[in-house]
Amino acid sequence: MSSLLIDDVSMRFDLPDGEAVQALKNVTLNIKEGELMAVLGPSGCGKTTLLNIVAGFLAPTSGTISLGGKTVSGPGPERGMVFQQGALFEWMNVRENVAFGPNMKHMPRSESDGIVDHLLEVVGLRDFKQKAIYELSGGMQQRVALARCLANDPDVILMDEPLGALDALTREKMQGLVLKLWKETGKTIILITHSVEEALLLGERLLVMAPRPGRIHKEYRLPFAELGVGADLREVKKHPEFGPKREEILSMIWDMEEEIMGRAEEADA
Amino acid sequence: MIILAIYIAIFVGAYLVVRLVMSGLAKAHDFTSLKTVTFGDESAVKANTAASIISVVAVFLIWGAFTGSSLSPVHVPGPFVGDASFTYTAEAEDGSRDDATVTVRVFPVGEDVEEPEVEPGEGFAKNDAATLGAWRSTLIRVDRNDEIGKREGARVVAIDGKPIAPGETVEVASGVVTLTPKGTPNYKPAQGWQMEPIWLPPPEDVIRRIGEIAQEGYQNYTLLEHLGWSLFRVLLGFFFGALVGIPLGYAMGLSGWFRGWFEPIVEFMRPVPPLALIPLVIIWAGIGEVGKIILLFLAALWIMTIAARSGVSGVKISKVHAAYSLGASKWQILRHVIVPNSLPEIFTGARVAMGVCWGTVVAAELVAAEKGAGMMIMVASRFQLTDIVIMGIILIGVIGYGIDILMRMAERWLIPWKGRG
Ligand SMILES: Nc1ncnc2c1ncn2[C@@H]1O[C@H](COP(=O)(O)OP(=O)(O)OP(=O)(O)O)[C@@H](O)[C@H]1O
Ligand SMILES: [Mg+2]
Repeated sequence: MSSLLIDDVSMRFDLPDGEAVQALKNVTLNIKEGELMAVLGPSGCGKTTLLNIVAGFLAPTSGTISLGGKTVSGPGPERGMVFQQGALFEWMNVRENVAFGPNMKHMPRSESDGIVDHLLEVVGLRDFKQKAIYELSGGMQQRVALARCLANDPDVILMDEPLGALDALTREKMQGLVLKLWKETGKTIILITHSVEEALLLGERLLVMAPRPGRIHKEYRLPFAELGVGADLREVKKHPEFGPKREEILSMIWDMEEEIMGRAEEADA
Repeated sequence: MIILAIYIAIFVGAYLVVRLVMSGLAKAHDFTSLKTVTFGDESAVKANTAASIISVVAVFLIWGAFTGSSLSPVHVPGPFVGDASFTYTAEAEDGSRDDATVTVRVFPVGEDVEEPEVEPGEGFAKNDAATLGAWRSTLIRVDRNDEIGKREGARVVAIDGKPIAPGETVEVASGVVTLTPKGTPNYKPAQGWQMEPIWLPPPEDVIRRIGEIAQEGYQNYTLLEHLGWSLFRVLLGFFFGALVGIPLGYAMGLSGWFRGWFEPIVEFMRPVPPLALIPLVIIWAGIGEVGKIILLFLAALWIMTIAARSGVSGVKISKVHAAYSLGASKWQILRHVIVPNSLPEIFTGARVAMGVCWGTVVAAELVAAEKGAGMMIMVASRFQLTDIVIMGIILIGVIGYGIDILMRMAERWLIPWKGRG
């Protein structure tokens, strides 16, 4: 079992003016294979930092990350990343973007073509195979990014606000797609979002982080992701527990934001 | 000043006329035409084709009008040509006066004319005749054939009945007459507004020259050879500049050691105009091909280095991260992410470098060369062959413009994603 272990990770940024930001403090998490974890938290609480550490783009000041017992020391194909936007290669068409991972492994074209065709079918872009990236809408681009990540068959998929730039309708469709892919592929997924609703809908586990220093504030286990697979997500939102949970988490985040503001005012005074 | 005023008048006039004509025609209904806010929206400003055409035509029209070109339907007044005459009054020492007529035949330069025949006339002052090329002026020794000449004490005291003293000027029909300090009339026919061919030849002369030199060549080389050599030097210099500059720029964008090492050199060489290097290059490498290509290499090198470097720095970190997460090696990142991502910048740099190289090669040839566009106009200017000079300038401009258009076409074809990341 290749579970993802985040072991007592801390991250401090030393700023050039001599001050330091404690972006993460003693974060410990164990994410089992096939789990979908949503991460919520006020702006600046270290979500992106945590994801970048897991992806291997940043080395933590202390603590370790390990995947399936192997310590992470840099980026690798077993941990795929879906960015908010703008991380597609616009000099390649849709097919070439999706086939990027397989091509880097020198997979023969006959083999990679099958993977690409299948994934484009799954994300509903079969007819756009030869299109240039800049000819696609934002939602389509995110689907390409998802397919590109899946084509590499990673063990863990890391998503930093992958749907943040999309309109409400496209976003809902994409949420359904994420759930579907999660169930079909059985991948471990960590998904950062700013939307409480999205976190509730997609997060089998839901992590609420608190800022200054960035740390885990509270963790939930939720039934909605299981319910949402292949179902109408609007129906899920009508679930009797959905509304109360949303209110609970919203007010929690509000309290944190207010605390930040209060502290900022104190600092100003 | 007059030319500027005429030019502005054509500019405004053409605008009004085109607007009038256009408003009569059916309106276009593309997206831009539906925009209500166009002032300040650069994307809504498209070069008006009619304006471009009229602009080019206007330049040739003004050129033609001021050179008496046969291609231009309108002309500003030219220099006086034909027979002009004025009378002078000579006064002998004893106070007696006599009038005589001077007939001057003003002819277009380059033609052969005979001196007009005139009767000697009555009195001690005799009628004179002279020939004169247009735009020139001439001293007329009116006393030459007079019975009482200067040596006998006679003086010219009036022209066309108007009293005149040495140093003074009197207007006569179709020109002016000035009395020199020694008392000889100097006739200058009306100059008109047109330019003398030696200052500015009419367009057809220049066109004729192009045909002539294209066939016969100039200074031992045909026109095509002159231009071809200039172009060849540019391409070779640019090629080597890009060959060294692009990898150097990449290295500077990717390695701190390279950046630290070369940054002072690049930043120092960048503001040095390539023209300032010509003397040094001539000292080092002489005026042959090697020197020119070294010069153009240097002109292109820094531009391409800086373009490649900023192309690398311009890569979005999320693209690089994405590639790493997809299992790409450093080498694969360079090849599949950094290089294609930097192509737009490199192309922009290449366009600039080509322009600079073209300008530099012409300048270098002006200084010293055996062949080339710059050498051609330099030699021609020494012999006052203005038509060749203008022909050369026009061809240099056309080729430079052509290079830029080709580069832009290549850009659109090779990097269609430019500006759409
Ligand atoms: N490269 C860096 N240098 C200095 N400080 C940084 C750097 N990256 C992040 N930080 C700081 O670390 C803290 C956490 O940043 P992070 O980007 O992880 O927040 P986030 O939770 O992703 O916020 P958001 O929801 O707005 O994306 C912030 O206070 C930020 O200022
Ligand atoms: Mg973030």
